[in-house]
Amino acid sequence: MIELIISRIVEHAPILLIVVGLVGAFTTPLIGMIKKGLCSYWASLVSLIQLIFSIYLFYQVIRVGKISYWLGGWQPPWGIEYVVDVLNGFVLVVVSIICFSVSIYGKKSFLKEVPGKEISLYTLYILISTGMLGIVITGDIFNLYVFLEIGSLAAYALVAIGDREALVASFNYMIMGTISACFVLLGIGYLYLMTGTLNMADLSRLLPALYDKPSVLIGISLLIVGFSIKTAVFPLHTWLPDAYTHSPSAISALLSGTFTKVGIYALIRLIFTIVGLDYFIEHSNIFVFLSWVASAGIIFGSVMAIAQDDLKRMLAYSSISQIGYIALGVSLANNFSLAGGILHIFGHSVMKSGLFMVAGAVIYTTGIRRISQLSGMSRVMPYTMAAFLIGALSMIGIPPTVGFFSKYFILLGAIEAGEWVFVAVILFSSLLTAAYFWKVFEKIYFGRNGITEVNEAPLSMLLPTIVLAILSLIGGFLAPKLIDIFNLWIEGVLGVSVW
Amino acid sequence: MVLEIILTKYNYFIYISLMALGFYGMIGKSNLIKKLIGMSVFQYSIFLFYISIADVEGGTAPILVKGEVVYVNPLPHVLILTAIVVAVSTLAVGLSLAVRIYREFGTLDENKILMGLKND
Repeated sequence: MIELIISRIVEHAPILLIVVGLVGAFTTPLIGMIKKGLCSYWASLVSLIQLIFSIYLFYQVIRVGKISYWLGGWQPPWGIEYVVDVLNGFVLVVVSIICFSVSIYGKKSFLKEVPGKEISLYTLYILISTGMLGIVITGDIFNLYVFLEIGSLAAYALVAIGDREALVASFNYMIMGTISACFVLLGIGYLYLMTGTLNMADLSRLLPALYDKPSVLIGISLLIVGFSIKTAVFPLHTWLPDAYTHSPSAISALLSGTFTKVGIYALIRLIFTIVGLDYFIEHSNIFVFLSWVASAGIIFGSVMAIAQDDLKRMLAYSSISQIGYIALGVSLANNFSLAGGILHIFGHSVMKSGLFMVAGAVIYTTGIRRISQLSGMSRVMPYTMAAFLIGALSMIGIPPTVGFFSKYFILLGAIEAGEWVFVAVILFSSLLTAAYFWKVFEKIYFGRNGITEVNEAPLSMLLPTIVLAILSLIGGFLAPKLIDIFNLWIEGVLGVSVW
Repeated sequence: MVLEIILTKYNYFIYISLMALGFYGMIGKSNLIKKLIGMSVFQYSIFLFYISIADVEGGTAPILVKGEVVYVNPLPHVLILTAIVVAVSTLAVGLSLAVRIYREFGTLDENKILMGLKND
């Protein structure tokens, strides 16, 4: 009997990943009616189940190859299809790791920063993680739009829960997010107009015959701009710094680690799977433009980060710079740079979420937000600051952390493409990254404040922070193995192997 | 020639001009409610686009009846039903944010709100 149930669950794992989230979100208020404190455990439980499903799916993809799940048994392109391949299996695992660890971290952090809002907060929390997982798993482009809006609406509300200024930040985020979602919707409309299908695999089959049509160009351009706003690629990043600075710390950690990565995943899926590389080489070479914009973003983000005194704001600007690295890896579009870009999705998720968790832990125990007041924190919060050190070193790109390997591969990609300007940009920006983190290190480790007693964050906040720091360290050792796995996918879309 | 194009494809011109209008409202206006109105117009113009691409001249609703009948494509209508729900919920989120901002800052003018933030 139990074996039968398990085999059923395993068979329907792709849709259960989403259903668990949706049911979990709508039962949260009921749980909250019984006891408010239970909501956080409920959110952690749902995230844990999603994490288990994601890991199972990724494992299954590595073992047997691409999984295709037909919703309601309807054959695609008529029915909605969920597809898991190496790329999105990996992104699923990354997103659900962050969602699970932030849900544990958030329990104490939310109670301190925004007390009394647990019920609505955790409902939205489960909705946003489900929305992001949905964007990643779906093989239907309109379904992607729907999940994008589920996630985004939850994100606007979650940002607004923060302090007074968060309301204005959230309003601007909503205006930008709506423009982005509308562009995506319109782009889907143009592609549907030309092909008559919404299934991604079917689109990629039908589009090559229509490459020279202007409507296809308009549709693809609208989709790229739409996803770029969600990803906060450089000139479209304006919503990001305020939203990350003023939202509750745990929400900053969640959004920085996952939402922008999901946007860049959608961009990769669009460019390499749906449309195909040939289109961009033969008909509209957007890569030249995208790579220059991405490198401008890398430099801009780092320079702005140096100028900040608010720790969370510094990390937000650093995010813009790091997203630039991923975008550069994607737009150089060769085997090394793409491998580096995908690896950096994982790297930046664990590093940046970990660093935001540290910023939140400092706010929790001492209420300090400014870098200039962090003097001597290493003696007050030794473990938290050790996690900060590892995360920051990985961000700079010191071996053997994961940040080193991802940047190294993007650098190899730039050398292979013969783009020496981008090589210089990558190296120079690493220097700038070292500069703004050094400013913090100097205060933490060499500053004096006269306090000698240890005042650590509670264990439920400390543990996820340390786990993410360790992941960014282990990620470095796993990097060759991971790139071996991506190699399957990269060979499929580029026709060139990484090694 | 030009007039003919405009007259035969007027719904597309209406959608483009509404979209531009909505975009201006979102970006150019400083009152938050006007921004939200612009946002709605922007979203509705896209619905018009979807309905336009579904239309078949002389087509009826896709209901099975006897005889040769031309149907309009029902799929974009279904997609737009979903998008309308999304638009309504976005507007709800936007309006509730505007209410909260008005309570906090006592104004809906974006410039005054930013001034208020600077003075803190």
